Amino acid sequence: MSVTYIDAIHQAQRELLAESDDVFLYGQDIGGFGGAFKATKGLLEEFPGRVMDSPISEDAMVGMAIGAAISGMRPIVEMQFADFSSIAFNQIANHAGTHYYRTGIPVPITVRLPCGGTPGSGPFHSQMVETLYAHYPGIIVATPATVSDAYHLLKESVKIDDPVVFCEHKFLYRWLKTSEIDPEPLPLGVARITRPGKHATVVTYSAMVHEAVRAADRLSKEGWEIEVVDLRSVKPLDMDTVIASVARTGRLLALGEGFPWGGVTAEVVSRVVAEGFHLLDAPPLRLNSKDTPIPYHPDLWAAHRPTPESILEKLRELLNL
Amino acid sequence: MIISRTLEAKLSSLYKAGKIVGGVYLGTGQEAFSASLGCCLDQDKDIFAPLIRDQAGRTGFGEPLIEATRTYLGSALGPMRGRDGNIHRGRPAERRPAMISHLGTSVSVVAGMLMARRMKGELAEVVGATCVGDGATSTGAFHEGLNLAAVEKLPIVVLVADNQFAYSTPRGRQFACENLVDRARGYGVTGREVDATNFLECLAVVHEAVKAARNFEGPQMVVGKLLRLCGHGEHDDASYVAPELKDSNLGRDCLEIGIQQVVDEGLATSDEVNLWKREAAEEVQEAVANAQTDPVPDPYQDDWQAFSWKGINS
Repeated sequence: MSVTYIDAIHQAQRELLAESDDVFLYGQDIGGFGGAFKATKGLLEEFPGRVMDSPISEDAMVGMAIGAAISGMRPIVEMQFADFSSIAFNQIANHAGTHYYRTGIPVPITVRLPCGGTPGSGPFHSQMVETLYAHYPGIIVATPATVSDAYHLLKESVKIDDPVVFCEHKFLYRWLKTSEIDPEPLPLGVARITRPGKHATVVTYSAMVHEAVRAADRLSKEGWEIEVVDLRSVKPLDMDTVIASVARTGRLLALGEGFPWGGVTAEVVSRVVAEGFHLLDAPPLRLNSKDTPIPYHPDLWAAHRPTPESILEKLRELLNL
Repeated sequence: MIISRTLEAKLSSLYKAGKIVGGVYLGTGQEAFSASLGCCLDQDKDIFAPLIRDQAGRTGFGEPLIEATRTYLGSALGPMRGRDGNIHRGRPAERRPAMISHLGTSVSVVAGMLMARRMKGELAEVVGATCVGDGATSTGAFHEGLNLAAVEKLPIVVLVADNQFAYSTPRGRQFACENLVDRARGYGVTGREVDATNFLECLAVVHEAVKAARNFEGPQMVVGKLLRLCGHGEHDDASYVAPELKDSNLGRDCLEIGIQQVVDEGLATSDEVNLWKREAAEEVQEAVANAQTDPVPDPYQDDWQAFSWKGINS
């Protein structure tokens, strides 16, 4: 019996609904239809009245969730695609994100964002948005890369009293499998050493963890041992684990699927330089997607985002500096 | 209405004297409309999300004056503790959400507060209300929120103060329909219109709307026709308002009309009204004086935490 990444999200939501009457799900086509990616399949029948179809109104979906959350509920909002959360940006960043600091009342909402690229999805169904939300105060941004993390981080997100933007990667939904959910999770806010090494550190998150491991595996045949750090959440950003890794390896590649201007990789590099400059044996490098909209054609798409090949190339550059 | 007008006159003076930083936003001319809503709601169970020009509604709904003066003066003891100011205040736990500046966003938030009560089986007899101006009706948030409330058939009352200007933009540059109340039908909500300079008419129409919402007749929209008798804020002299508009029926002062109506109807004597005015002046004076002696927030003492979560710091 294997569990996929989307199964883990489904199971987490099912358990959250069963554990507390305060939890409800709200999103487009998530009721009888079960959601665009079937993350809520069958949950309406099991929990009538707590799995609700919304109008195509991302702003109002999150506004409604905020109102419900400050009235004692724990809403999970499903955006059909992370890209459409731009419409809800105001309610997430300006309303939910400011609420605790302004009023002392936290807003326990979880906004699920199916993000990242899949072949053929094009410019508006492929984007990574973690940087946007992490920039604003008051919002936790989870970015699970594994099946077990998708399960545990979602469960933890809903139990946290503050707004959580939960970035689940669509590319991992079906192909990423595990035999069973890890019974001993790491808490949100702690990064994981996915692959130990000693010559260079790749700091990454979400689907890029797997691409980095592939690149590292290839380099291992040449005798290079690359350490891969999975951030698990980009806010909080576990700099202790990152700095400790850089202290071991002396070299850093910050890798992300987001656009290259600013963002998580820039944040990682800037913090490592500021907090651990003396640990570095070479200038830190970054690798992101290209600075264009995300193309539709699978060949263009595959070249737009970092791949094991481009990561490998970047690592060679880093190791030769 | 009298308390609101008195308080706002004082706030304006404090602003012009440099005692209030940021801005002061008055509801002059909108008191009858706003107060009608505040007074028709049940302070013990209803929800009220006011906007910029709703001091009268806030007072009618029971917000203590000290909360206004503390927020305007940046007191560390106010509901916003100096972290937010002026009309951006509330106590969400007491069913008074604190508005953000982005117009229209309160509609869906009030809808969510009502949805929570529905899911908990506590919706019976509860009404949620919010106020917007004509400008806010142009936002996507307003449209999405009201549509959502209509789909869910929620007991929500939305007051639209059609006060002729959004900051300086006249309504003709804001929307093309002749009358905003026409939009109600499109949303599938009940629409009512009222001459919002007429105090007793406001009371009657808003009361009707609140009652209908309480009777599960679905969302209610009330459009009040009036003229904002002040600038957008006290920094704005509103020189763009044509004299003819000020002289029209829309430009009548709802407070003067209201007092006349109360006296004419025998609901109070002129002496009683004068007593109310003296009492209002005393209450305002006390609220200002108390807030002025409050401690101000200390940047070295603020915890600077945007999260209630005590997990690892970002």
